[in-house]
Amino acid sequence: MAANSSKRESVLSLRAAEGATATGNSQVKWTAWRLKRWKAGDLVKRPADGVSADPSRESLRSDKTAGGTYNAEAESAPMSDLLKTKLFDKHVALGAKMVPFAGYDMPVQYPLGVLKEHIHTREQAGLFDVSHMGQCFIFADDGQFETAAAALEKLVPASISDLKPGQQRYSQFLNEDGGILDDLMISRLGFDGHTHKLYLVVNAGCKADDFKHITKHLPSGVSLDVADDTLSLIALQGPKAADVLGRLNPSVKDLVFMTHTDLPLTPSIWVHVSRSGYTGEDGYEISVKHDDVNELVDLLLAEDEVEMIGLGARDSLRLEAGLCLYGHDIDTKVSPIEAGLIWSVQKHRRSADAGYLGAARVAADMADKSTKRLVGILPEGRAPAREHTEIQVGGEVIGEITSGGFGPTVGGPIAMGYVARKYAKAGTDIELMVRGKARPAKVVKLPFAPHNYYRGA
Amino acid sequence: MTVKYTEEHEWVKVDGDTGIIGISVYAAKALGDVVYVELPEIGRDMAKGDEAAVVESVKAASDVYTPVAGEVIAVNEALEDAPETVNASPEGEGWFLKIKIKDAGELDALMDAAAYKSFCDGL
Repeated sequence: MAANSSKRESVLSLRAAEGATATGNSQVKWTAWRLKRWKAGDLVKRPADGVSADPSRESLRSDKTAGGTYNAEAESAPMSDLLKTKLFDKHVALGAKMVPFAGYDMPVQYPLGVLKEHIHTREQAGLFDVSHMGQCFIFADDGQFETAAAALEKLVPASISDLKPGQQRYSQFLNEDGGILDDLMISRLGFDGHTHKLYLVVNAGCKADDFKHITKHLPSGVSLDVADDTLSLIALQGPKAADVLGRLNPSVKDLVFMTHTDLPLTPSIWVHVSRSGYTGEDGYEISVKHDDVNELVDLLLAEDEVEMIGLGARDSLRLEAGLCLYGHDIDTKVSPIEAGLIWSVQKHRRSADAGYLGAARVAADMADKSTKRLVGILPEGRAPAREHTEIQVGGEVIGEITSGGFGPTVGGPIAMGYVARKYAKAGTDIELMVRGKARPAKVVKLPFAPHNYYRGA
Repeated sequence: MTVKYTEEHEWVKVDGDTGIIGISVYAAKALGDVVYVELPEIGRDMAKGDEAAVVESVKAASDVYTPVAGEVIAVNEALEDAPETVNASPEGEGWFLKIKIKDAGELDALMDAAAYKSFCDGL
């Protein structure tokens, strides 16, 4: 133990010398690294159609399959056409079951299995490869944050212009009718010299369309830089995430939920890191260069608390956390208001003349008490109710389940679905039509498992 | 007792005219953690290949088909509270249902343990 901790000490001091903290020295190194890395992207506006991604929106939802054969997803694209993340070989070496997802060959589970991976993330720290997601930057040629923010505010309901450096917000791209094209995370970079830039993370299955959408609507003088060819993305989630990542650089512990910064995790590995995720747990999303991602993952996996977690547990974790999955709980047919995402639309952005695509629908759905709502649903008994299960009250169809399965932390079936507004109140008795039988369930408040976000000491 | 297997990974253990039905070790492993099993009503008449039960993992629901025709005479009620038994002992305590076999001749078309093993090896 003593030897180990003294080794840590020396590694840490080395890191400090390299600029782990915001000293004058570190700023110089940091800036130099940033400039080197971003120069090409800053100067060249990359056409969106240059992005190679399969636009098919695959899901984890499994259709009923015969005789116990587990098919995570019926898939159209042949395996050979699938894209691979830079961690593909590691997933295979770790014994992952690989499945097609959003055009990528992705790990659905490791030998631990979905149930244990889920529990491990809730109790320790789970490491996810989410490099299939789309990462990009938006910035203005005039170097002004306000210019870039104003441009993005035309496309999302969230307020962007009031983002402070290092602040992150969740929002959605809407079409003209207010339907959701995708949901995304938006960060204003926090590092000196780069605080005029916006960093976006979008869904893998939507990214090709998203980048076209952004490019189409950005005014001249504002650029989109797609970072798929340079950046991987991993997430470290769970109550031990801060301890684990803090061993590499203690500064990460100072981040609070929904903030973002750039820092080194080793003398040579610099990352964009945000305190956010898709599990309901405390944790981080770490954007790291393709060349560094395997080394970083090896460092994290060497920690006792860390296990690799597949897409299967990612889905059950986010469902327990009451978080929407694009293509299932949200799509172009629903507005952010129907999807229960009003919390992500700041008050001054809720009027029809707020100035973004779809604003009229957002305002109309807020005023119209008859629109449907996404709600949490707790089936009674043990039978899970899967996606597309019909929801009834007194024999009348009032909605449909959009995500449903088993919640390992809850210890029973859980679901989310849309119901007519008058049935959206928590405690409402409903019936779920599972295999032709009406089964009792209740509308409940989300989330199913409490959020454990870090909002400050 | 003879045990026969289907290509859909069910097994049927034959004891006189009674057939005990479950899913194979291979199937249980492929499914992952079983969280729910839905069993048929006792007395139900099933043709060969009818849906006899549903087994659900965290992510997926899968049908279990009866390997041979028969009437349901018992179900493994212990699975309602302990579905994980299917993973722990798929070809033992994790059985699903018992039927009264209608036509023992249907068993001939099924694989024995050795044939099933080589079938799985080829998957």
